[in-house]
Amino acid sequence: MTLDRAIAGIFLLLCLIYGYTAFVTMEANLLPFELNMTFLPNTMPKWLSVLGVIVGTVVVVQSGPTAGAEIDDGEIDYRNLRQYKLGQAIFLLALMVAYALLLRPIGFIAATTLFIAGGSMILGERNFKVLLPIAIFTAFFIWYLVQELLGIFLRPWPWFI
Amino acid sequence: MLEGLVLGLSTAFSIQNLIMVVAGCLLGTFIGMLPGLGPMSIIAIMIPVAIKIGDPSAALILLAGVYYGAIFGGSTSSILINAPGIAGTVATAFDGYPLARKGKAGKALTIAAIASFTGGTVGAILLMGFAPALATVALLFHSAEYFALMIVGLSAIAAFAGSGNVAKALMMTVLGLILATLGESAQFNAPRFTMGIQDLQSGVSFITLAMALFALPEALYLVLDPKRSNTGGAGGEIKDLRITKAEAKKIAPVIGRQSIQGFLIGVMPGAGATIASFLGYAVERNIAKGEEQAEFGKGSIKGLAAPETANNAACTGSFVPLLTLGIPGSGTTAILLGALIALNITPGPRLMVDNPSIFWAVIISMYIGNVVLLILNLPLIPYIAKLLLVPRNYLIPFILFFTMMGSYIGQNNATELLMLTGMGIVATIMRFAGFPLAPMLIGFILGQMLEDNFARAMNLTDGVSFMWERPMTTTLLVLAVVLIFLPSIREQLAKIRRRGVADGD
Repeated sequence: MTLDRAIAGIFLLLCLIYGYTAFVTMEANLLPFELNMTFLPNTMPKWLSVLGVIVGTVVVVQSGPTAGAEIDDGEIDYRNLRQYKLGQAIFLLALMVAYALLLRPIGFIAATTLFIAGGSMILGERNFKVLLPIAIFTAFFIWYLVQELLGIFLRPWPWFI
Repeated sequence: MLEGLVLGLSTAFSIQNLIMVVAGCLLGTFIGMLPGLGPMSIIAIMIPVAIKIGDPSAALILLAGVYYGAIFGGSTSSILINAPGIAGTVATAFDGYPLARKGKAGKALTIAAIASFTGGTVGAILLMGFAPALATVALLFHSAEYFALMIVGLSAIAAFAGSGNVAKALMMTVLGLILATLGESAQFNAPRFTMGIQDLQSGVSFITLAMALFALPEALYLVLDPKRSNTGGAGGEIKDLRITKAEAKKIAPVIGRQSIQGFLIGVMPGAGATIASFLGYAVERNIAKGEEQAEFGKGSIKGLAAPETANNAACTGSFVPLLTLGIPGSGTTAILLGALIALNITPGPRLMVDNPSIFWAVIISMYIGNVVLLILNLPLIPYIAKLLLVPRNYLIPFILFFTMMGSYIGQNNATELLMLTGMGIVATIMRFAGFPLAPMLIGFILGQMLEDNFARAMNLTDGVSFMWERPMTTTLLVLAVVLIFLPSIREQLAKIRRRGVADGD
């Protein structure tokens, strides 16, 4: 099974669940006075789920081994992901998740410094004399820009300060 | 009109207002370059500043300058790092980024600057002449026609962005529309499809989705395939800023057509720069013949000039309904409307009569703003493009960081960052499989407006009968269906032609 067919299959499944919610669950939760109204919160979802099921089925049927067999210049061949720097990509994504979870508890300055320094290190940067000042400067500069000039609150320090 | 022009000129050419134009354009360009900060967020941030200024014309001139600057800045980041900060410059990245990767970033930026300038200037001239007349045209459109118009826009995008696979593009459009239904529905304030998660109640944020669909997959592609960071030429040195005479001849008709088309689309509320740029791209791609058509998407200068002209012309056009009807045509003009009301100005048909100096000063300042953008940006291009010289080890963490900041400061919600990462991974996998991502974002943006107008039209006619009872609506809907089937019909015809005479038996 090719990747595009699998994605279309998942989409089809999503549309069925979405459609079930729109046609059955939401319909059952309507208030008595709403029954006479022309337009309801589930009107558009009903149309969309039907449309989605049709289009999804067309993609599942259409895409076969021939479709997408040619890899355009500049595109990535997902069948051979190992030839790319998959590890770096996964580590960077993990770093993003860590940033999201740590931003509030350890504060903007520390989280940002760690993110930029960590990201560069994952990509192979080892020149700490350049790396650390840049990361720290960026953290303070962006904090100043956002908090002081634009007036959007960003907690700079960890929770205990 | 002449009287108004003189009044506008004298207001706009005061020292204070000239400073406002220059400051607005510069600020807009630099902030607009950062992925994630589009004109909407910049203008929203600038509103307190504008109110502090107090003088409504000066404030509106500043905000209009920021708007133009941000659109231009957005094109810069689309071309250089394939990270459109705003939906209106997504189509710019289609051909701008391939050009930059071929080492022609300088040329691409020059074309973008010239195209934006012409589009904006022609738009301002048209606005001056036709503002009152165009307002009456827009008045003819009811919600049923808006609904049909958006359907046409969506199917046109699916038909042309799908590069041969319309079904896949349509699937992505529907997915975008479905995502737009998360949160609260039109006319009802009850949550739906939130699965009980409170963070989903306000729906998916546009900026987060845009980042997840464009900036994040691009950054991941840069990580996966280090060859992509190699921008060709002398390590990203920008040379060859000039365009040749032959190239100028090639793009001149494109710019001419798109200035007018973009403006007209911009006038229609709900359409705006995004649809104008996509339709402009699609139309030019269809008009182009043979080799030129095949070049679209791989670094065609026509494909770059078309959306760039159209989006700037449409930005100007979107001021028509705002200034003459008081109806915002796009998210950005909606924010401008809010700022105007805060300044005790009510835009509408009476604006031209009650506050002529404001009306005309804004129009004149649009013209000045475009000149300022061209003068400031052409010499600055080599410096702007220095962005490409930043080593990969630093560039990628910075792109990722700005992507996250863009979606974080809009909502001040760390859950947004987790959603960004999750959707970014899904988007990257879909890009692996050749699903076009742009139709999904457009579906998402138009989803809410589509539902609002659908609801209004249905309430007015007590059902869906408006689809065949209003001739204009029916025509537009039929056009939408034709657009979807056109590529496959064309393919069949080409096949028959290729088989030729041998097919006789």
